[in-house]
Amino acid sequence: MIQSDDYSRIKRSARLHKKIFSGIVYLLLSIWALIVLFPFYWMLLTSVKSYSQYNGEYIPQFFTLSPTLQNYVDAFQAVPLARYLLNTFIFTVITTAIMMFVIVLAAFAFARLQFRGKNLAFTLFLSLMMIPNELVIITNYATITNLDLRNTFLGLILPSVTSVFYIYLLKENFAQVPDALYYAAKVDGTSDLKYLLRIMIPICKPTLITIGILKIIECWNSYVWPRLITDDENYYLVSNGIQELRENGLGRENIPAMMAAVVVISVPLIVLFLIFREKIMAGVSRGGTKG
Amino acid sequence: MDKNKWKGWLYLLPAILFLGVFMVYPLIDVLIYSVEEGYNFASQTYFDIGFYNFSYVLHDPYFLQAVKNTFLMVVITVPISTGLALLISMGLSSIRPLRKLYQTVYFLPYVTNTLAVGLVFMILFKKTAYTDGMVNLLINWFGGESIDFIDGPYWAKMLVMCIYIIWVVMPFKILILTSALSSVNQSYYNAARVDGTGRGRIFLKITLPMISPTVFYLVITGFIGAFKQYSDAVALFGTDLNAAEMNTIVGYVYDMLYGDSGGYPSYASAAAIVLFVIVLTITCINLLISKKHIHY
Repeated sequence: MIQSDDYSRIKRSARLHKKIFSGIVYLLLSIWALIVLFPFYWMLLTSVKSYSQYNGEYIPQFFTLSPTLQNYVDAFQAVPLARYLLNTFIFTVITTAIMMFVIVLAAFAFARLQFRGKNLAFTLFLSLMMIPNELVIITNYATITNLDLRNTFLGLILPSVTSVFYIYLLKENFAQVPDALYYAAKVDGTSDLKYLLRIMIPICKPTLITIGILKIIECWNSYVWPRLITDDENYYLVSNGIQELRENGLGRENIPAMMAAVVVISVPLIVLFLIFREKIMAGVSRGGTKG
Repeated sequence: MDKNKWKGWLYLLPAILFLGVFMVYPLIDVLIYSVEEGYNFASQTYFDIGFYNFSYVLHDPYFLQAVKNTFLMVVITVPISTGLALLISMGLSSIRPLRKLYQTVYFLPYVTNTLAVGLVFMILFKKTAYTDGMVNLLINWFGGESIDFIDGPYWAKMLVMCIYIIWVVMPFKILILTSALSSVNQSYYNAARVDGTGRGRIFLKITLPMISPTVFYLVITGFIGAFKQYSDAVALFGTDLNAAEMNTIVGYVYDMLYGDSGGYPSYASAAAIVLFVIVLTITCINLLISKKHIHY
């Protein structure tokens, strides 16, 4: 009997240990979640505080009892925020669309077509992946300036419509489509282009969507190239808009309106993320590079 | 068959055109720029060929400051973010309920605009005449003195910078490590449990070796990413990074190219090449070290 007593005591203490351990784990995870979420909370909170309330608080308050949407109105009126959003939208959509066109054709050629010099071309493509953007951006800036394409959408879009990495990713996916399908289509007299459009693209749709979303995120957040190539407010993207707002717009002190603008800019991507959560996370773990 | 020979190239044509104009040609051009001394952007003329541009850049105090800043950021943020991400993903994989929720929350910084959220960080840390700011409030609670993190002493600015960089890079690392941890074969753990192995020993002898290739991948990409740090600094300190003493190497390149101090593509090219050499060297060293310590 004594032995069985011992056993249940050990069992109980083991269970207690486990509980304490997982309690600590949850606590630490929650602390990190708080650190991640706090800036978002603070930006939302500040954006609904009135100007006088915000500036009257020497010690910042953690909540507000009289939320106002006036800051959002101010943000849209003081700077052409709607214009920035529209520009970014146009830039993102066109860039992503052209990139899809370019990489689908290239990936198809590498995955399916037979032609002389294919392996050499593919090796050269892959070696381009090592080239950092910082090296080529200097000449691109000169090229676009010399072509007189500064402050145009064309100048913004052209250098960012190819990605060797996405060609590679898509080629790997295309290569997984069974050869038998291709030969069957050939026997039926289907042309290569039709085969690509009718069979390859539908089969590889998940990968295409993932690549598309990753590119959209990249475009929406791009800052360096747009900054180099635009100095006319009419062509600013949101990142540059934010920077402009901070340095010249609104006045340094109207922080609530600034935060309202920040919220407006952040919301589209967060919504996109919440809708395509699984796809985005799977895509990033397969092919994301940031960090 | 003759038709097929050209068809492949036809499909590749758009990609080759774009890559040729915006990647291959610039790559050659940047080398040419870097040796053209006294290049004038407006008249597109230069005096001489030589290595003066490199010598100028390497003796420029702004560049040296940028190098120092960049190295500090790399050395501080890469180990801390990798370690912290490892800890968090271990925690994540040891729980069941709420795991999806935590993962979603942790990933949020990845999809936000760096410039936008950087502004929020600036406000949290900034001390103005009207308010000491959120972070100083916390410091005061613990009995510390208020510090201006944005316009104050160098170490304070560096601290905010590193905190923000870590905040930004964590989602990627957590995501990658979590999926690496979930792919470790469970039978190793079961075997260890049968033997009554402790948690620490399981971590050191099973988990760490099994995920070491992933950790190593994160360290390499972390180094490369941190060396190219720029937008995060702009987000916190504004575009005039030299004045804030917080410029980075990439920032120096862009400053030389554009803006008030710009118009010197030759200096910019030389600096970009120096950066490339640094990154390449560090990556090679990393690869050499990994050969000894990584178990595949």
